[in-house]
Amino acid sequence: MQLTRVSYGKIILSPTIIILLLWILVPLALTVYYSFQSYNMLDGGSTGYIGWMNYEFFIFDEAFYDAIINTFITVLSLLLFTVFFGFIFASLLNSDIFLSGLVKVLYISPFLVIPTVSALLWKNLMMDPINGFIAFLLNLFNYEGIDFLNEYPLASIITMLSWTWIPFATLLILTSLKSIDKQMIESAKIDGANTFQISIFIILPNIIRSINVIILLETIFFLAVFAEISIATNGGPGTETTNLPFLIFQKGLQNFDVGESSAGGLIAVLLANFVAIFLINLLRKNI
Amino acid sequence: MKLFFKIITLLISLKEFMLKLISTISLFLFSFSVFAEKLTIVSVNNGDMVRMQKLASDFTKKNPGIELDFQFMEENVLRQKVTLDITNKGGAYDIMTIGMYEAPMWGEKGWLVPMNDLPSSFDIDDILPAVRGGLSHNGVLYAAPFYGESSFTMYRVDLFAEKGLTMPDKPTWGEIYKFAKALHNPPEVNGICLRGKPGWGENAAFIGTVANAFGARWVDDQWNPQLTGPAWTHAFSFYVDLVQNYGPKGAPNNGFNENLKLFNQGKCAMWIDATVAASFVTNKEESTVYNKVNFALAPSAVTEKGGWLWSWAIAIPAGTKKEAAAKKFIMWATSKDYIELVADKHGWANVPPGTRTSTYTNPMYLNNAPFARLTLAAMNAADPSMTGTLKPKPYIGVQFMTIPEFQAIGTEAGRQFSAALAGKKSVEDALESANKSAYKILKKGRYIK
Repeated sequence: MQLTRVSYGKIILSPTIIILLLWILVPLALTVYYSFQSYNMLDGGSTGYIGWMNYEFFIFDEAFYDAIINTFITVLSLLLFTVFFGFIFASLLNSDIFLSGLVKVLYISPFLVIPTVSALLWKNLMMDPINGFIAFLLNLFNYEGIDFLNEYPLASIITMLSWTWIPFATLLILTSLKSIDKQMIESAKIDGANTFQISIFIILPNIIRSINVIILLETIFFLAVFAEISIATNGGPGTETTNLPFLIFQKGLQNFDVGESSAGGLIAVLLANFVAIFLINLLRKNI
Repeated sequence: MKLFFKIITLLISLKEFMLKLISTISLFLFSFSVFAEKLTIVSVNNGDMVRMQKLASDFTKKNPGIELDFQFMEENVLRQKVTLDITNKGGAYDIMTIGMYEAPMWGEKGWLVPMNDLPSSFDIDDILPAVRGGLSHNGVLYAAPFYGESSFTMYRVDLFAEKGLTMPDKPTWGEIYKFAKALHNPPEVNGICLRGKPGWGENAAFIGTVANAFGARWVDDQWNPQLTGPAWTHAFSFYVDLVQNYGPKGAPNNGFNENLKLFNQGKCAMWIDATVAASFVTNKEESTVYNKVNFALAPSAVTEKGGWLWSWAIAIPAGTKKEAAAKKFIMWATSKDYIELVADKHGWANVPPGTRTSTYTNPMYLNNAPFARLTLAAMNAADPSMTGTLKPKPYIGVQFMTIPEFQAIGTEAGRQFSAALAGKKSVEDALESANKSAYKILKKGRYIK
């Protein structure tokens, strides 16, 4: 019997595909199994089938709604901030200012700081209400230090993340700004277009693709923000800064409830798939 | 072409050389590891433990075959790592620091090596009965106590004198409130520092003792959570009112170590916390107020029952191959000799407190540690049994319940407590949420039918 080209290819590919499937399916199957068990880690493992109780308790937990809302607020506000400020800073960096090379390097550096380090930095050096730098400045003017992480917890987390991610957006927007032909802008000026018209009709169409890429990449990252929350606020106070990944972590590794954590994980997989489908459709239209 | 072959032969010889090098190194390491047994010790980052690491050269000198690798972490992280390791039989640690919550539960499950056949020099009968009981299951000790603690009131004598106040020996929470109000003068000094950092061993444990003083208990005799009951509501609203008005900024993030730092910087007029803090706040090198501190018993409200009891202890996970060496280390770290070693190097006031009767009968300790008698009194008064609170309860433990589900109950409750303290939730809402999640967890654990 002669093997056709296609079936030969299938045979050669099969080991990889089998390994990949195992890689995905085994953990998924285990998660599904655990999500129907009463599994307290301190009890030494599973103590039996409890039906849908894990799902019921996870979905009807107030923290779940808080987590969804917090995730939503974080992602949307960060997308808005990073794109808006990214555009402004990119435009500033695009003009040739004094020592612009050095300024660019300094400007990009927050993006290279490891998330845990940046969270510690903000928490202890900047936002600490007694020893922090902001408290120090306020004390100079005889004001009491502000307890950012407890009074404005989510805003503080968003600030930290913006500090890291605005440079990323700037970098991408800057590259597409650089690629705009200067002659195009000059000729528009000669034709009598004002700054606003130039921005809307020449600059914006040119940078819209990098903005799309920014939105796609950042949404993926912001849906899974963990380090900043874990280090700076530990999800608190209460559930003020708990997002979905952190809630699942809490159930599993702080409450030691593997069952409910697995149920939460599966719900998160579902939600993430919705977002992914939506994003892919959005991008298909624009690119 | 010639050059090409030359490079190839060079590469081959290089490869052979590397292989030889690797095998020699691994042989060397292997032979080395036969002689030196390495013990991995994981511990909470509290001062007494860190001090033990510094003194560990005494142990390695006496036991040349044993190497020590210390890993220190914060309480919540420690629990996470240790629990993961022991339930999965990971074997990453040979010696782990655990507390009164874990020791009896894990001992019952057979996850810990029982502390049997101890050398007579260890003198097990010298250990304080409350501590020994708390670390045992069915009369078998499963972890050797490194230090033990109850809680008491630490206050600044100078600030009290300035305002003409006197702290009674047995203060009530009402009196503490008045003192805090009179002494609160931020940002120089705060009226009172109390734990607010979420975690069952942090704020939930402390608020648990406040609740005990107000006559509350975690669950009734049918395991129904009592957090929305009048006693809890009274106790918790009192705590929130006190700390919000007269506590430091950022209180919802302050645990034991954060408050210790604040008190040592002179930013707290009063601090009610574990007795083990006393040796640090009176230490010249660490505290700016070392000579201005005095002590009183923990405050009471409607009852004096239900005072804090805890011990950090060292245990060996079952199944380790280095049991003998690990036991040797534990016997060293919890022995009378170690206490004398610390006394010798750092002075008597700094020895690990709350474990041995002999420490509290030693005149050197009693003379050098002004807090010794009060610590002992508080520890002897603490009663983790089922009649230890105003109303009887179905669980063992003072500021925690010794059941596997309490980790989740306490963690969820602690989160709600800190939300209320930060002003993000009302007292009633926070207690309601905490009660609801406690109910769910107990139901899942089949305590409530």
